[in-house]
Amino acid sequence: MPGRVARGIAPDVVRILAARLPSGTIVVTGTNGKTTTARLISHILRGAGFSSVHNRAGANLAAGIAAALLQHATFGGRIRGDIGIFEVDEATLPIVQPSLQPRAVVLTNLFRDQLDRYGEIDIVAGRWETALSNDAGAVVIFNADDPLVASVATRTTGRRVAFGIEDDSCSLGTLEHAADARYCYRCGVPYEYRAVYFGHMGVYRCPQCGTTRPSPAVAAHEVEARGLEGSAFTLMTPRGSARVKTQLPGAYNLHNVLAAATCCLEMGVALPPIVEGIGTFAPAFGRAERVRVNGHEAVLLLAKNPAGFNEVLRTVLRDTGQATVLIAINDLTADGRDISWLWDVDFEMLAGRIRRAIVTGIRAHDMDLRLKHAGVPDETRAVATDLAQAFDLAMKSTDGRRLYVLPTYTAMLQLRKILQQRGLVAGFWED
Amino acid sequence: MDLRICHLYPDLLNLYGDRGNIIALMNRARWRGIDASVTDCRLGDALDGDAYDLYFIGGGEDRQQRLAANDLRARKGGVLKRAAEAGVVVLAVCGGYQLLGHYYRPADGDDLVGLGLLDLTTVHPGPSSRRLIGNIVIRSTLLGGATVVGFENHGGRTHLGPGAAPLGNVMRGFGNNGEDHTEGGVSRNVFGTYLHGPLLPKNPLFTDHLIRSALGRRYGQVTLPPLDDRIEAEAHASAVLRAAGE
Ligand SMILES: [Zn+2]
Repeated sequence: MPGRVARGIAPDVVRILAARLPSGTIVVTGTNGKTTTARLISHILRGAGFSSVHNRAGANLAAGIAAALLQHATFGGRIRGDIGIFEVDEATLPIVQPSLQPRAVVLTNLFRDQLDRYGEIDIVAGRWETALSNDAGAVVIFNADDPLVASVATRTTGRRVAFGIEDDSCSLGTLEHAADARYCYRCGVPYEYRAVYFGHMGVYRCPQCGTTRPSPAVAAHEVEARGLEGSAFTLMTPRGSARVKTQLPGAYNLHNVLAAATCCLEMGVALPPIVEGIGTFAPAFGRAERVRVNGHEAVLLLAKNPAGFNEVLRTVLRDTGQATVLIAINDLTADGRDISWLWDVDFEMLAGRIRRAIVTGIRAHDMDLRLKHAGVPDETRAVATDLAQAFDLAMKSTDGRRLYVLPTYTAMLQLRKILQQRGLVAGFWED
Repeated sequence: MDLRICHLYPDLLNLYGDRGNIIALMNRARWRGIDASVTDCRLGDALDGDAYDLYFIGGGEDRQQRLAANDLRARKGGVLKRAAEAGVVVLAVCGGYQLLGHYYRPADGDDLVGLGLLDLTTVHPGPSSRRLIGNIVIRSTLLGGATVVGFENHGGRTHLGPGAAPLGNVMRGFGNNGEDHTEGGVSRNVFGTYLHGPLLPKNPLFTDHLIRSALGRRYGQVTLPPLDDRIEAEAHASAVLRAAGE
């Protein structure tokens, strides 16, 4: 990888090259949604006349950032581009923060996604806190609805702007089993919730120390969920409000859209191009991407952790009464090697409400057992360990209707490759 | 017949899909026509010693584990100890397992004093030491030499005293401490293990052993009718293969 080599030659390469971007850099981090958020920021900024340098396709470690910068560097050492947009892993933020010296850091959320890689969620939060307190120059754009992110953000010394959902009708009512960071970061006792949007996102309060959710400066009001078609909401900002439509489905994507809107406002973009950019943005591969196969449609919905999976399941059930689903579970490093989290997903909601469930992937049998315990009957389920065969079987089972494909990260990449070989989808990262 | 389960600290110690164990206990009882109920018992709640046949306690992060340890000792320890002495089943996983021992010595901070239900101690060898993470397969003499599969992820190293027998011997993975090939600790009907998450769904023999032991105290010798475990067998076998392939 060229980035790795370059960093070996000159450890300062990221710092030196990043400093040559005239409009500076933006760093996006968090467990879920950083790819979508970074791409949406890039899309809006492009509409507003910026050209951006952006790391892609999961190359979000420090070496990937160096590679992205080098690709845009001329022989004279100039960078072709105005602004850098880098998505970085939760654990990488403290490593790249000093060399990038970003103008803005966007914190989407913290889920217990890949514990076996990163250790406990509090440790990651602690590292963020250290990284961000050492740099008062960056504006911190953070998710007020995530108590852990908010408690980290509110300890930073620089400027900060909160975003969040302000619509109690989005509330699920009760906390899901998937909720991770439900304990007060200070006291360790469980929060009380007035509204739960998904996972541990919501309007919370600590009964012991009184910590409350910060009031968001940029917020989504009057949310209208339209299933897989996306949603509409009123975007309230310090610079006015507007009705916004997004093609991105689910409550989790509202946070991504709000994060991108807040970030672009901070970069000085006016509200109309932001609204325009949100409306024209199409989902990235695996994030509600639609594929046509022999005239029929398959929708890919990445499902990589309990809260995200629950949200995807709700989106599917809202979309249709008797869905055919293909669930592909891998346990490679990028997925998280521990698949225990499948038992925190509320698959019980599928019982009696789906037409057929085909399971595949390295952990197909674990998934099958999970569905059995969730009350999905034997005659509704089928196991096909080979991904291509499973896809064909699933397409055949839909009776011409839409197929919902719910893969973990590496299963999605494998499936994407199969579809690409069949000429059904374009190559990676065509933007 | 009814099976009364008490889930200790479900919102505090719930790190690794521990809910899967409750689901498996409930379903495997209900699939046989046995009524099953689960009661959550949280921080600050008192414990009714006569109300349950089986206690389950899961794993959590350090801070949550410390909160649970204090509450366990202050409010629930006496009741739980008497119940265990009377033969009630206790299943503890990960952090909960450590708390059933004499103490847990974290990488920094004071020792967490445990309940002493199991003759074992746990020491975290320091922040720079590696966590013991991965798929694990053990062979359990308790279950007639059957394999038990799961996933482990722990920093602490546990050593058994003479009063506790291991749950099994490690075939793949680390187990109690990564050195002596033991995994878990058992004393009477108290079971502790590092195998977390869907431990019980994928190990129906172990689940049935727990259900039988839990019912046995009130109903005498109980025979559980066999279930169709083909899906369980597939999941179990694929987990064994997965661990072997690493
Ligand atoms: Zn508090």
